[in-house]
Amino acid sequence: MNLHINGVSKSFGATPVLSNINLDVAQGSRTAIVGSSGCGKTTLLRLIAGFIKPDRGEISLDGRVLSAPGRDVPAHRRGIGYVAQDGALFPHLTVAANIGFGLPRTGRAQRVLEVMELTSLNATLATRYPHQLSGGQQQRVALARALAPRPEVVLLDEPFSALDTGLREQTRAAVITALERSGTTTVLVTHDREEALSFGDGVAVMIRGSLPQSGSPESVFGNPASVEIAALMGSVVLLPAVQVEHGVDSVLGRISVRHDRSGGAESVVAMVRPSQVSLTADHSHCGASVVGVRHIGPTAVVALRTQGQHPTAISLTLPSHHTQSLHVGAVVGLTLDGGAVLYPASAAGRYFTELEN
Amino acid sequence: MTTPPSRALLIIVVVLVVGMLIPVGYVIEATARIGIPELAALLLRARVGELLSNTVLILLLGVPITIVLGVGSAWLVERTDLPGRRFFSIVSVAPLAIPAFVSSYGWASVVPSIQGLGGGLLVATLAYYPLVYLPALATLRGLNPSLEESARSLGLTERAILLKVVIPQLRLAILGGGLIVALHLLAEYGAFAFIRFDTFTTAIVVAYQTTFAGSSAASLGIVLALLSVIVLGMEATARGRARYAYVGSASARPAELVKLGKLAPLAILALSAIGTLATVVPMTSVIRWSLATTPDLLDDLWRALIDTSLLSLSGALGAIVVALPVAWLATRHPSRLSRVLEGGYSIASSLPAIIVALALVTVTLNVAPGLYQTTATVTAAYIIIFLPRALVTLRAGLAQVPESLEEAAQALGKPPFIARMRVTIPLLFPAIAAAGALVALGAANELTATLLLAPTGTRTLATQFWSAASSVDYPGAAPYAISLVLLSIPAVALLFAQTRGKTR
Repeated sequence: MNLHINGVSKSFGATPVLSNINLDVAQGSRTAIVGSSGCGKTTLLRLIAGFIKPDRGEISLDGRVLSAPGRDVPAHRRGIGYVAQDGALFPHLTVAANIGFGLPRTGRAQRVLEVMELTSLNATLATRYPHQLSGGQQQRVALARALAPRPEVVLLDEPFSALDTGLREQTRAAVITALERSGTTTVLVTHDREEALSFGDGVAVMIRGSLPQSGSPESVFGNPASVEIAALMGSVVLLPAVQVEHGVDSVLGRISVRHDRSGGAESVVAMVRPSQVSLTADHSHCGASVVGVRHIGPTAVVALRTQGQHPTAISLTLPSHHTQSLHVGAVVGLTLDGGAVLYPASAAGRYFTELEN
Repeated sequence: MTTPPSRALLIIVVVLVVGMLIPVGYVIEATARIGIPELAALLLRARVGELLSNTVLILLLGVPITIVLGVGSAWLVERTDLPGRRFFSIVSVAPLAIPAFVSSYGWASVVPSIQGLGGGLLVATLAYYPLVYLPALATLRGLNPSLEESARSLGLTERAILLKVVIPQLRLAILGGGLIVALHLLAEYGAFAFIRFDTFTTAIVVAYQTTFAGSSAASLGIVLALLSVIVLGMEATARGRARYAYVGSASARPAELVKLGKLAPLAILALSAIGTLATVVPMTSVIRWSLATTPDLLDDLWRALIDTSLLSLSGALGAIVVALPVAWLATRHPSRLSRVLEGGYSIASSLPAIIVALALVTVTLNVAPGLYQTTATVTAAYIIIFLPRALVTLRAGLAQVPESLEEAAQALGKPPFIARMRVTIPLLFPAIAAAGALVALGAANELTATLLLAPTGTRTLATQFWSAASSVDYPGAAPYAISLVLLSIPAVALLFAQTRGKTR
């Protein structure tokens, strides 16, 4: 294990921000920490960088203790690169001087050119000043600057959030390529679940200052440890369900169980993703009425209300041309593909979409 | 997410604040020493009643006049299609380059009969209205025009928009500018003494000259300090919970200009008249007298320039050194404690220069007689008097240097001190230079404290001007007056650029 975080807690005054954080990041891997704003993910990154000190717990890198009770390696001796949200480029220095800031004099120019190439920065930008660059270029310079001294780990704090949509995709792709080519261990912090799921090898979910689940993107998305995590990682359809042999019964019929996280609770809900649900013409088996259709360019969001004893709201995003025959009041059939994850009904709370009769 | 400041920084700031509060301590100590019965005996005199009525009247009349002149000019040059707006925007700030005592001398040589409350009002309001004009101009430039557009779409007339939308947003600028004018009026010595208008400040200088720093000067000083505190308190009450923050970010679009139409000639006439009275009249007599100067004065002028430069530069350096820790604490570690400490600085700096001077005379004589009338003491006085200029500029500069830049440097392997030297200080340099220039140029014009505290034989431009002018050697005073004005121009240009650049 390369970066090792063990039992780290941090408060600002009387406000606890992080409690008992445990995280391992493997050598050369890319891990994304995802959470809503204010959950403490930036604080965790700043603790790893060494800008602030933890109250409790230990942070080590390759067995070298960076931070532990009574011991603290200052930020400048950690060998950890950091890319701030706004890039934090030195406004009084050129691109080349920014990138070369952390390098020894000998071989500096050579290395600057190397990392500019690595981060797909045109060499003609070297003499520009930060304010003469576009937002995407600024972020790539910030990454180049962080990678230049060959840090063991580089930390990215929402590096794409200040960019507008098109530029964000493009910059993200360039950054991932550069990171891949340099083979640097990377920790990214983001509030964007798609960014987190597509970033790399690991995803850690942060909720109100703790990390309740981490693992591969597939496992965190496919087998979330709680309803809250399931909802944080993507849209959910929660169905009241009754446990039977080989599965559960719900308004969508019998569903197989992929993962049972109900802990033996009597009353359970089955979590499926909207992408598992599809429309059929045959509604004898399992019907739902259309409540609303909203077109968003090439897709349409169809709001449905299931028929039967426990009406449930389901909203599906479908290609627009599949929804032409749908109008409010129409009755459609629903089929489900794949299995569900079971949770105790009591834990479903506000995510539960069962409607009042 | 602010980190607590280091202990060393806190100790430095606390020590500095205690030093800055020496004049406040002096006022309290003097009150205790003299005692209420004797204080009453000293103060309950017809003469003091006259001083009080003069001082209160100049405040009550002078502050509103400067507000009308300042806000009116700012609105005309910023928000109307006034022909020659750019020219008039400079004309309205020009009086700041003429020290009030020079302006007073200029007026007195044109209208020898000028005196009393009327004369004081004329000279002081014309000299000080730019202090309201500048913040009003900054606010008007920063106002988001969409607010006025919203009001217009809600059916308000132009007049109603001015009264209900624009003026309320100018409240902070008016209060802030009015406060500075009031403190200047309380502290003004030269301009009033020259035309025989007696206020507490002029009376204290007279008392000091006759009975030195005795209880007579001290008791008048106590009342003057009390008046300053009352002015501060009134402004704080009127301001309420609002803060003097930066006026938002730059507005995306310039505001639609109000068409003056038939009123344009009237506006031009008004601004030209104000400009003539405030700048042309005093400068004409200064220039006229300087033509009558004999060339043998030039040697003295040269010496005075050197003395002035040395004293002002040491004041500027001192003010930067004193202001930097507080500015750092306030921007990097904002907390209740940092606001309290900053409050200490602002109270100390709002006391009139004459009180600062009296306090330093008394303290040096009693505690460290070796420091009495030395460069160190004058420098200390300059620091206390001009600190706000340095503090405001450095704070604004520091706010422009995000902490994340220092962190980025640390993450690249630079120790905190090196990171600060290579990133923060270079970026802060323009602010440091501007702060130094503003303090130095203020100190070069300072009269009251310099008269009381400067080492024997020191001749600054202001003191030389004063000794010539007050002994009615008008031609002898003129070269100094011109030098003072020339020296002030860069500071005024800097202030004007700060005001305009801040918001666009």
